[in-house]
Amino acid sequence: MNIDQTNIDKLRADFPILKLQVSGKPLVYLDNAASSQMPQAVIDRIVRYQSAEHSNIHRAVHYLSELATKEYEEARVKVQHFLNAKESREIIFTRGTTEAINLVMHGYGRAFISKGDEIILSALEHHANIVPWQMLAQEKGAVLRVIPMNDEGELLIDEFEALFNEKTKFLALTHVSNALGTVNPVKQMVAFAHKHGVPVLLDGAQAAPHQVIDVQDLDCEFYAFSGHKLCGPTGIGALYGKAHLLEKMQPFQGGGDMILSVTFEKTTYNVIPAKFEAGTPPIMAAIGLGAAIDYLNVIGIANIDAYVKELLDYATAKVSAMPGVRILGTAKKKAAVLSFEIDGVHPHDVGTMLNADGIAIRTGHHCAQPVMERFHVPATARASFAFYNTREEIDKLVKGIRKVQEMFA
Amino acid sequence: MSDMRQLYQEVILDHNRKPRNWGAIPGANHHAEGHNPLCGDHIKLSVNVQDDKIETIAFEGHGCAICKASASMMTGAVKGKTVQEAETMVEEFRSMATGKLDPECQANHLGKLKVFAGVKDLPSRVKCAILPWHTLHAALNLVEGAEAATSTEGEADPVPGTGIGEDPASAEK
Repeated sequence: MNIDQTNIDKLRADFPILKLQVSGKPLVYLDNAASSQMPQAVIDRIVRYQSAEHSNIHRAVHYLSELATKEYEEARVKVQHFLNAKESREIIFTRGTTEAINLVMHGYGRAFISKGDEIILSALEHHANIVPWQMLAQEKGAVLRVIPMNDEGELLIDEFEALFNEKTKFLALTHVSNALGTVNPVKQMVAFAHKHGVPVLLDGAQAAPHQVIDVQDLDCEFYAFSGHKLCGPTGIGALYGKAHLLEKMQPFQGGGDMILSVTFEKTTYNVIPAKFEAGTPPIMAAIGLGAAIDYLNVIGIANIDAYVKELLDYATAKVSAMPGVRILGTAKKKAAVLSFEIDGVHPHDVGTMLNADGIAIRTGHHCAQPVMERFHVPATARASFAFYNTREEIDKLVKGIRKVQEMFA
Repeated sequence: MSDMRQLYQEVILDHNRKPRNWGAIPGANHHAEGHNPLCGDHIKLSVNVQDDKIETIAFEGHGCAICKASASMMTGAVKGKTVQEAETMVEEFRSMATGKLDPECQANHLGKLKVFAGVKDLPSRVKCAILPWHTLHAALNLVEGAEAATSTEGEADPVPGTGIGEDPASAEK
């Protein structure tokens, strides 16, 4: 369904939290890149699971356990189709993007990356796609190489290609920058890495909520995303991995469910995906994520993509026309994120002032300190959009920015 | 707090625009740096203590209006005070910012610093106001010539018993 002025109110009515008043004003929620809101359909699904379907999975033969197992595994199939993965066993449920990346670092990195090897990252990465690789590099004596970016916040593709050599063993790259909104040409970059036989992990935390993801078309080895950024619950996310790699990898955590047999002498690990899902998983959250994917599919990710782009263009035009305001991140291909600075006003004061008008934005370094350093700022203010936002809300943001400027003039 | 004029009072905006005692003091005998990694607030403090008295004090760095104004007004307020008097003010300011001291009803030495009482309603901004004071505490408790780094973020709270950093859920309320 196309999202436009005629149906946006109906769509917003799906989200109970959007009726909230903050500081006595209607909530204007523009912090969707941090976490999105949950529609009633997902809330209802979670309540239904918890009220009538809950038990531990993969364990007992009783009715509830079989039902919960079926629902949990169906959620996995929903994620499979959402990413267009070939098989559902290529989907590992994780706590979120961060845990998915850590899983790859432990399971793949520790097994296949050794002293002197090089791991390529980009200057746009979130800390979640930097720190695990730094930990691995320290442990193994491997080296991190960083793809630089230009003043627009676009990666320099020539420099990217020049980083590859026979020591390059891994590429960990964000699909969309959380701090600047840059959409990286990941398909082209994956193809180049493959020419050098280098596997690729894509951090899809910011891409999955807004654009159609096709891991077979991208041909990446790993793709990670978080449920709570696409209208699902917190505590759930997924890692896609090519089956032949997941099979070769070391387990991440040890425990129940990830084993076939255990003696004190030896443990035989389970097959994928169970091998990577030790212990009781967040069953409710996984089923909630499945319901969120169903909800988004009814609207259509392509329609969401088109509408959010329109919002971003509208916001960019309005904010860039304001004297004394600078937009950080002006890449040609951008998604859903508007990072900005107001002359002479610290982002935290901007955030506090906007909050008094009910407007929720993120202020800070957005867990991307290297990006902040590149732009010589300690922090930015960031408005990030979802398909339930409106032009009127962006007008309120603009009015709020003007109020900040008047206060601090 | 929906009336932003209660927080951003003219005196705070003025100190933010024109911070007093800005810079570094050559040859100062006490130094400390304060840093809130999450906000990027960063304060460098130099203090000259003679005969147990704060003779001169100056700060530099970058931060939000609350942090800068707090640092600027702090330097004015503690200059000429004894170390013990300054420490009492650190205690009182911290208590006020976390809502444990009502400067209108309870005895204190905060004077004009009362303008910061409003931050107690903004848990995420309490640490901005307190950072300069923690930094002062760190500077005063250092042996001459040593450098201290302090933070009001997370668990790195350098002031024992402040509540901040010890129990993030109940602190900063």
